[in-house]
Amino acid sequence: MSRIVTLFLAILLALPAGTEEPRPLLLASTTSTENTGLFDAILPDFEKQTGIPVRVVAVGTGQALLLARSGDADVLLVHDRASEDRFVKEGYGVERFDVMTNDFVVVGPPDDPAAIRGEPDIARALGRIAASESRFVSRGDDSGTHKAEMRQWRAAGIDPLAASGRWYLELGSGMGATLNTAAAMGAYALADRGTWLAFRNRGDLDLVVEGDPRLANPYSVIAVNPARHPHVNARAAERFIEWIRSPPAQRAIGAFRVGGEPLFVPSARPPG
Amino acid sequence: MSDLGQAFSQAFHMIGSLDPVLLEIVGLSLEVSLAALALAALVGLPLGGFVALVRFPGRRVVVVSLNALMGLPPVVVGLLVYLMLSRSGPLGGLGWLFTPTAMVLAQFVLITPIVAALTRQVMEDLWVEYEFPLRSLGSSPVRAIPTLLYDGRFALVTTLLAGFGRAIAEVGAVIIVGGNIAHVTRVMTTAIALETSKGDLALALALGFVLLGLAMGINAAASWLAEIARGHEA
Amino acid sequence: MSARAVERSILPGVFEGVGFERGGVPLLAEVSLRFEAGKRSLILGPNGSGKSLTLRLAHGLLTPSSGRITWGGDRPAVAASRQAMVFETPVLLRRSARANVEYALGLHGVARAERADRAEALLARVGLGALSGRKARVLSAGEGQRLALARAFATGPEVLFLDEPTAALDPHATRLVEGIIESAAEEGTKIVMTSHDLGQARRLADEVLFFASGRLQEQTPAAEFFEAPRSDGARAFLRGDLLS
Repeated sequence: MSRIVTLFLAILLALPAGTEEPRPLLLASTTSTENTGLFDAILPDFEKQTGIPVRVVAVGTGQALLLARSGDADVLLVHDRASEDRFVKEGYGVERFDVMTNDFVVVGPPDDPAAIRGEPDIARALGRIAASESRFVSRGDDSGTHKAEMRQWRAAGIDPLAASGRWYLELGSGMGATLNTAAAMGAYALADRGTWLAFRNRGDLDLVVEGDPRLANPYSVIAVNPARHPHVNARAAERFIEWIRSPPAQRAIGAFRVGGEPLFVPSARPPG
Repeated sequence: MSDLGQAFSQAFHMIGSLDPVLLEIVGLSLEVSLAALALAALVGLPLGGFVALVRFPGRRVVVVSLNALMGLPPVVVGLLVYLMLSRSGPLGGLGWLFTPTAMVLAQFVLITPIVAALTRQVMEDLWVEYEFPLRSLGSSPVRAIPTLLYDGRFALVTTLLAGFGRAIAEVGAVIIVGGNIAHVTRVMTTAIALETSKGDLALALALGFVLLGLAMGINAAASWLAEIARGHEA
Repeated sequence: MSARAVERSILPGVFEGVGFERGGVPLLAEVSLRFEAGKRSLILGPNGSGKSLTLRLAHGLLTPSSGRITWGGDRPAVAASRQAMVFETPVLLRRSARANVEYALGLHGVARAERADRAEALLARVGLGALSGRKARVLSAGEGQRLALARAFATGPEVLFLDEPTAALDPHATRLVEGIIESAAEEGTKIVMTSHDLGQARRLADEVLFFASGRLQEQTPAAEFFEAPRSDGARAFLRGDLLS
């Protein structure tokens, strides 16, 4: 029996378990950000400069906030202003800083049943989708994108949930899965431009509405508060925030392309 | 169906060129699931044997529970293990979250009931045959557990393969406790989930074929080895 | 012999009014008998008469529903370590013949270093010396049964139970097994054996215990039993009337 226990522990402890030097930085971010490939492009520069490896855990916005709240991440990079402000106010985050913005777009089927192609006003576009009862798929997962979508419906004076299950479908899925479904069903959807540009399964879907300033999608970076969770890698988090707000990193963000198209607009204000 | 054809050729190309990223992912998948299997065997085989051979109060409840736990949804296991390993949780101090160790732990929790329940069935059937002769020789039921585990080893290979199959194919548990971190905790199934979410269905399918091929290869090898060993025993 | 003389004997084995039922159905009723040292006891009777049950109760593998069984005053569970049993079809472990015997020696508390030699000696005693390395499962039926006997002897039993030991064997193998039984009896081991083969019974028995319908019909010295049995059931059986 004791032999079994010894063997058990030996196997379990033989695996890599997060004790390497230098201590890595755990960055909680969203799948949409990760899927653009931005992190793969710019993070090596940080790792080279500081020698600190970055571990990106990409999950839904809600889960990213939960991880940070629980102290399971060191730094947060998300795009949901209301949740971010609450996070800092409740003492889980040190301070919120602007990093970059991109925007949301509406994609839709080639026959454009709501006739909204090129419509510059998002509220009018949503109004025509509702009026024509054209199929619309929503992430329905309380993510930053989903909350932005709900804000736009509200601003347009529409309650799409009343039609849930009819022309408005709440998928409870990530951005990619939602786009997969939109492509398969020939439905409209609101997507962040990054995921859309990088998406490989568009089918017949095409971009139909963009450019309304209300569709802006700002990203922030927040260090998890070491006063709340003393074990977090606070020093590395500080250096990360310092670095991502620095001119070279901001330039790299602005220079990042997906399919030849620019995606993010750097927005960090110089410190001080 | 062009996605399917593309996926096939992509899969062959990846395997043939020994794509290093693919090798890394496959390697980690095997490492995690085999470690989980080893742990599950260490616990599940004797446990199954004990429940099969020893009469104790509440035995029937344990048997039913083990059988029911075979159907544990991986994502539920992932959540439970996450809550335990989170910094805000009881075992947070171990710092195992988002490491392969957490993934092994989650898969261990997932497949031990399978190993234990199937072992119990095999051992119960064996005990019908072996009970009187072994007791006659002076063996108690407890003492007979290792004997029967060894004598039933061919039937138990299938039990272990079932557990391994469940582990290597699941995504719900490892994605939550591992975080699908590139080069650290990304395995075949989480990579497939990622590529699907990026809409790269051909790549996702290709990875899927590799996973299938891997699982088939392992099962074939195990069956073949068991046949050979059994041939020596007749 | 000397080792056995030091320990207290478990004989005689006594059944007092023993009954056994399973699922409410009585399979054995009011069995009273004595197993004494020195006599080769043969339990005879048609199928379903309770022969195997009696052996298993005697060996402590089953517990009587009524009545009492004692061996030299001890309960069957206590006496069992001084007994051994051979079944109609041996259950051999998936390992070599020698390993099977070593297993039995290990259970009996023999030190690991001694097991190999003692196992070889036991195998030689039953004529399997040349096959000690062979996998037990590939042995013929007769060889397997002799291995079971070697395993049984490993515990140095005072009483050897045999349940239809040659029922599945050809005449040659049967003769070999009977020879081993006879020599064990000569060395002082008490033999209690069941059989439905009258010829075997005539060859081996010193006394016959005849069972029918779950009852002990008579316990009679062999010569007398085959000449003039006391019970109607036995008379019918010897005539070939009672169906098996």
